[in-house]
Amino acid sequence: MPIHRDRYRRREGGVDALGRAWLVIAANGLRILVRRRPFLFLMILAWIPAVVRAVQIYAAANVPSVSQVEFLSITPRMFRDFLNQQDPLVFFLTVYAGSGLIADDIRARALQLYLSRPVTRTQYIAGKAVIVMVALACVTWLPAMLLLFLVPVFAGNMTFVAANLFLIPAISAYSLIHITLSTFTILALSSVSKSRWFVAVMYAGLAFFTHAIFGVIGAAVEGTMFSWVSVFANVTQVGNVLFRMPPRYDTPPFVSAAVISAIIALSIFVLSRRIRPVEVVS
Amino acid sequence: MPDSAQIAVLDRVGIRYGAQWALSEVSAAFPAGAVGLLGPNGAGKSTMLKALLGLLKPDSGRISVLDLDVATKPLEIRARVGYMPENDAHIPGMSAVTFVAYCAELSGLPASDAMQRAHEVLHYVGLGEARYRNVETYSTGMKQRIKLAQALVHDPDLLLLDEPTNGMDPKGREDMLALVRDIAHNRNISLILSSHVMPDVESVCDAVVVMNRGRVVMQGPIDALKKPTGRIFEVRVKGDRDAFVDRLRALAFECRETDSEVLRVLMPPGAGADQLFSSAVSVGAQVRHLKPSVPTLEDLFAEALGEA
Repeated sequence: MPIHRDRYRRREGGVDALGRAWLVIAANGLRILVRRRPFLFLMILAWIPAVVRAVQIYAAANVPSVSQVEFLSITPRMFRDFLNQQDPLVFFLTVYAGSGLIADDIRARALQLYLSRPVTRTQYIAGKAVIVMVALACVTWLPAMLLLFLVPVFAGNMTFVAANLFLIPAISAYSLIHITLSTFTILALSSVSKSRWFVAVMYAGLAFFTHAIFGVIGAAVEGTMFSWVSVFANVTQVGNVLFRMPPRYDTPPFVSAAVISAIIALSIFVLSRRIRPVEVVS
Repeated sequence: MPDSAQIAVLDRVGIRYGAQWALSEVSAAFPAGAVGLLGPNGAGKSTMLKALLGLLKPDSGRISVLDLDVATKPLEIRARVGYMPENDAHIPGMSAVTFVAYCAELSGLPASDAMQRAHEVLHYVGLGEARYRNVETYSTGMKQRIKLAQALVHDPDLLLLDEPTNGMDPKGREDMLALVRDIAHNRNISLILSSHVMPDVESVCDAVVVMNRGRVVMQGPIDALKKPTGRIFEVRVKGDRDAFVDRLRALAFECRETDSEVLRVLMPPGAGADQLFSSAVSVGAQVRHLKPSVPTLEDLFAEALGEA
C-alpha cells in the first residue's frame, strides 16, 4: 500500500450544529468577492459620494456660510438624494456580485454537491442571497447610517437627529426593499442560465426595458400613471414615501409596493423551482 | 460504522419522473461493508442513490439509511453519508484544498478541522501534490479522485459511489478501485458502489444488488449467488457458430458470448456435456474446446437480466 494511504484516519471530533450551512456559503462567497479587484474598485467608487457627503456635513455644521446654501444644507432630503445617487452602483454591484452566484454552480453541476450534504435548498438560497445583500448594504444602508451618525458628531448636538428620527427606519426600510428586490431578482435570473454574462444581460434588460416601456407609455398618455411597469420607478416611488417626500409619479405608492412584492415573490418561486438536486430530463 | 447489519433498507419503493417509473416496487437491503449496485444504463441505479440521500422523494414505500428514516431525517443522514456523483461536479473558482475544506464545512465540520481533513484526504486519494491547483485544470482521472475526496472528507459512515471509474484510463481505474477497496475493507466505512462494470464490482464488493428497468432482479452476497445452480462450460466450435448458439438456446441453455471466440454455456442441473456435442453435430459444427467453468458475476448478471 502506498505510504500516503496511512495518512487517512477516521475522524473523532464532532460536527457543528446543522443548519449553519447558509453562513458557510455566505462567508465563502464574500471571501471570494472581496479578493476580486473589480469588486474593490466598485466599492471604492461607491464610497466616494459618501466621503463627499461627509465633507458636506462637516462644512454645513462648522462653516456658517455653507449652511446658508440650500443645496448644501443638511436635510432629510439629502439622505434621500444620497441613496438615489447610489442606485447606479447598486445596479452594477448587483450584476457583478450576483449574476454568477447560481449560474456558475449550475454550469459546474455543483448543486448536487451542496444538496447531497446537510444543506437545504432554503439554506443554499439564503447563503447566496446574503452575499449580494451584504455587498449592497455596504453601499446603501451602511454609508447612509454612517452619514446620519456623523451629523451629531460634527454638529456637536443631537438636534437634527432628534428632529428627524424617522430617518433611521426610512434609510433601513428603503435599503432593505431595494436590496431585497435586487438580490432576489438577480438570483432568480442566475438560476435560469449557466452563463453569468447572459444573466447580466437579462438583468440589465429587465431593468432598462421596463423603464423604457414606462417612458414610451408616459409619452403616449402624457402622464406617469403607468410608472408601475418600471422597476426603477417603483423603487423611487416607494423611497419617496418612506422619506416623507411627495411621490414622484402618479401611480399610487401602494401599487408600486405591490409590484415590488410581486417581483420578489416571483423570484422566490423561480428559485424554488430551479434549485433542485436532481436534473430531470424529460 | 453502524452496528446494525443493514446500512440501508428500501421497502416497496416507487419513484417516478412524470409518467415514467424510475423505481417500481423496489425492496432491497444493503448489508454493512461493500455492496455493488449493478445494472445497465437506465436501470435506476442513480435514482436509487439519490433516493437514499433523500434528494428524491418516493411516491410510495419507505427508505431508511443508517437506521434513520429518509423522509423525516434527511439532513442527519446526509451528515453521515458521502456522495460521489456520476458526472463531473465541482464548485467553481477554487483550488482543490479549498474546495474539499469547503465541502467539509458544509457537512458541519468546524473550519480548522475542515482544512486539516482536506489536506489529509487529498493526500489519501493521491492528489497531495496537486492540492493547490484549481480544480477546473484537473484531468478526468484527477476529477474523479477529487470527487471521492469531497465525499470522504467529513468521514462518513456510508459512501455512495456512482460510477467512480467513469472515463478513467486502465491505470487510473485500477488505482481508484484500490482506493475504494481500502476504504471498504480497512477504514471501516460501508459503501454502495453503483456501476455497470462488473469486474469493478466483483473486485471490491462482498454483496450485490442487481437492477433492471427500475426493479431489483437479484441481491445477496456474491459468493452465495455464485454457487452454481447448474453447470457452466466454456465452448469453442468450428463451423456454423450462430446455428450452434441457436440450437443451444432452443434447448433452453443460457448462452453468452465473450470477448474471444469462446462461448459460456449455462446448463440447468441434469444436463451434461454430451448435449453440447450432440448439438454441435446436429448443426454440422465441431467442438474444438470444452472446459468446465465456475459462474462469474457476469454470468449472474446475464441470468438476472434474462429472467427480468
